[in-house]
Amino acid sequence: MDVVLLSRLQFAAATMFHFLFVPFTLGLSFLVAYMETKYVKTGDETYLRMTKFWGKLFLINFAVGVVTGITLEFQFGTNWSRYSAFVGDIFGSLLAIEATTSFFLESTLIGVWIFGWKKLSKKAHAAVMWLIAVASTFSAVWILIANAWMQNPVGYTIRDGRAELVDFAAVLFQKYAIFKFVHTVSAAYVLSAFFVMGVSAYHLLKKQHIDFFTRSFKIALGFGIIFSFIVVIMGDINGVIVAEKQPTKLAAMESLWETTTRAPVYFFALPDEENERNKIEIGAIPGVLSFLVKHDINAKIQGLKDFPREERPPVLITSFAFKGMVGLGFYFIIATILGWWKRNRLVDSPKYLKLMLLSIPLPYMACELGWVVAEVGRQPWIVYGLMKTSDAASPIATSQVLTSLIAFIVVYGLLGVTGFYLIAKNALKAPELTTDN
Amino acid sequence: MVLQTIWFFLWGLLWAIFFMTDGFDFGIGTLYPFLGKTDRDKRIMINALGPLWDGNEVWLITAGGVTFAAFPLVYSVMFSSLYSALMLILFALILRGVSFEFRGKVDDPRWRKIWDTCIFVGSFVPALLFGVAFANIFQGIPFDHNGVYHGTLFTLLNPYGLLGGILFVLLFMIHGALWISIKSEGDLQERAISTVKKLWPILLGVAVIFLIASKFSTRLYDNYIEHPTFFIVIVMTVLALLSVRFFLVRKTFFKAWFASALTIVGATFFGVIGLYPNLFPSSLNPRYSLTAYNASSSPLTLKIMLIVVIIFIPVVIGYQIWAYNLFKGKVTEEDLAHDEAY
Ligand code: HDD
Ligand code: HEM
Ligand code: HEM
Repeated sequence: MDVVLLSRLQFAAATMFHFLFVPFTLGLSFLVAYMETKYVKTGDETYLRMTKFWGKLFLINFAVGVVTGITLEFQFGTNWSRYSAFVGDIFGSLLAIEATTSFFLESTLIGVWIFGWKKLSKKAHAAVMWLIAVASTFSAVWILIANAWMQNPVGYTIRDGRAELVDFAAVLFQKYAIFKFVHTVSAAYVLSAFFVMGVSAYHLLKKQHIDFFTRSFKIALGFGIIFSFIVVIMGDINGVIVAEKQPTKLAAMESLWETTTRAPVYFFALPDEENERNKIEIGAIPGVLSFLVKHDINAKIQGLKDFPREERPPVLITSFAFKGMVGLGFYFIIATILGWWKRNRLVDSPKYLKLMLLSIPLPYMACELGWVVAEVGRQPWIVYGLMKTSDAASPIATSQVLTSLIAFIVVYGLLGVTGFYLIAKNALKAPELTTDN
Repeated sequence: MVLQTIWFFLWGLLWAIFFMTDGFDFGIGTLYPFLGKTDRDKRIMINALGPLWDGNEVWLITAGGVTFAAFPLVYSVMFSSLYSALMLILFALILRGVSFEFRGKVDDPRWRKIWDTCIFVGSFVPALLFGVAFANIFQGIPFDHNGVYHGTLFTLLNPYGLLGGILFVLLFMIHGALWISIKSEGDLQERAISTVKKLWPILLGVAVIFLIASKFSTRLYDNYIEHPTFFIVIVMTVLALLSVRFFLVRKTFFKAWFASALTIVGATFFGVIGLYPNLFPSSLNPRYSLTAYNASSSPLTLKIMLIVVIIFIPVVIGYQIWAYNLFKGKVTEEDLAHDEAY
């Protein structure tokens, strides 16, 4: 194994782990802020208990989100130093802006929220959570602009062997960044909504604290149903943008080998990369792919054979991840619509509650699969069309990266087990009946 | 030229603020097993930094981010050269960060013991390694014209590097003990005060040795000899260090803590001024060294970043002061009884 492969494994492990915690922070911060505001406005103690109950889960999750983010911030330098030297002018500034404008606010205020119950007025305390939510969202804005630039570099010129910034606005406001952001945060809201619904379902199944968890469920349901639709609609727009900017990724997502008009989507396709074909194809619907990405059933779509082998991403992983994400996306819509229909007799719908309890991991899977589509599908490029991943790694000893990779696996493994154990423990506990407030 | 010089000193300033703020968190964590005799003591210690450490740590993220944005070549060569040391720091910071949150979540002495150990390791290791890393940067790092590092983790553990590590650990321990003196009462406060009293002469000794050793191991003094007015920084730093002791005897702990903060900032700037214009000097050949001029971003990026920093850093400092002020005063029984307290 070489430094490039090990660094890829390490970066994939570290970001995918980070993103287990990120979406929950993004979504739950708004839900908790909403609950606390309800409490301030109505004075209803149940909302205060809700704030505290879900707030505690939020904080445990947040802690792991923060510590895993820090390693990422430095890994561009430690493991991808050639890449950092090449793109620092543009990419580095986005990361630095993220830290100064968002992380500071988020991290300073989280301490204020945890310890400030008695020191601030009720209104101010609720406002702090709104600010945390907004700051987290902005951190997502900046990091996704950075990631979008790797997917579709704009506003730069190559000078002295590196990419230099010429048009900052082009970097900030490109389509790729905007829709990536909307799709990703919608995904985060779906995940948070399903988490709250799933945990509420557990308690409702046990017929405990019925009022508390019915209300929690309904708040999350409203949130969930809206964003289940938005995430799919935005995903579709993302697909159109990918077709335009990264034809290799699109072809891999659909395992399309031949360039054709009336390009089909397959219900199932097993790609055979060796022989440049699909071993199994089931349920082809002609014209659908052309229609989805070009809005014309007769449009021509480039197949993988149009590109040299060494510029194609891994087809199997990309296409399976994509199909998985899309399938789950439709499932979320169905599950939330079902919930809306049953919303006034939740306690009497044990089957539905069980389904929702078991659905907690699914949006996590969808989010991870989404990143696999975006990142594996971008290969072999680290900056699409400009720099290959194989040219990006640091000139360091393999043994160093191997050691740190093992450390990542061990430490993150333990961290993940402990973090989710604590979240589960506190989620399954009854909410405090008396609060100290 | 001017832009690059401004950025050089902003870069130094961000590191200095990081050491000044998160420094007392590291110090408290390092003293934690020694000062925290009972569970209550321990809880007071972590609740003393509870509302603040996360915001403090962002100065590190920003220092790293700004290195990336303003001096990409330094970011890439520095962090890949110091790979193993930096990874150790990052893992330590992970342990420290989650420990505060996890420790109180399960009521079992063995559970707490695990996280107690993590708090110590997670604070001591970064304190030591940041010192080692910066002393080595002052000295020069063996990397070639391609930015390839010729050494291992152990290359960094040379006498001058270790001296820098010890200096940082002592600075932070005193800084942390002073914070505990501000935030606690009774026994714990007494122990914190006597810790400062014991460590202070040692720190003074180590600081003097470090200043002398820098003459032989580094070229930091070249800039001072060329522009003798800069010696003021060294004098001020030593004065700040002396006034720590002065205020301690008068039991004005906040002033003592503030003096210790100035000592840390001064110590950082002692090195930063000496380095100028080098950010990451090579010990193999000075021509390979990365400087504010040959390693910076384009003028456009430097300008945009400068605008961002000039607007946002004062805002950040503003609300951080607000947060510090909100949580001033002793950690009380009532604070500890609180649901979300650590
Ligand atoms: C879509 C959102 C998103 C994505 C793709 C990433 N992050 Fe993240 N990050 C967040 C959204 C976020 C957040 C919601 O703001 C976090 C997560 C949990 C938290 O506490 O804040 C956070 C925390 C967080 C922190 C700690 C900040 C603090 O102390 O408050 C750092 C340094 C990073 N991240 C850095 C990164 C890097 C370098 C990434 C790219 C590889 C990355 N994150 C991907
Ligand atoms: C947090 C969500 C993210 C996840 C789950 C994720 C996932 C992945 C995966 C699976 C890979 C490995 C791809 C491969 O080598 O085949 C990868 C690589 C990489 N990603 Fe991401 N990514 C995320 C966010 C980001 C962001 C926001 C950025 C940049 C701002 C980024 C930059 C990179 C880089 C530099 C690599 C390494 C080079 C490469 O293999 O292409 N990632 N990521
Ligand atoms: C039918 C529905 C969906 C479609 C058509 C779709 C489409 C896409 C596409 C094309 C990408 C790759 C974008 C790129 O390469 O830059 C992507 C990424 C992603 N998807 Fe989806 N998606 C759908 C549903 C979902 C769902 C339900 C979730 C999670 C709840 C999700 C989460 C993500 C995430 C986290 C990413 C990575 C971030 C990004 O690149 O935007 N997606 N999606």
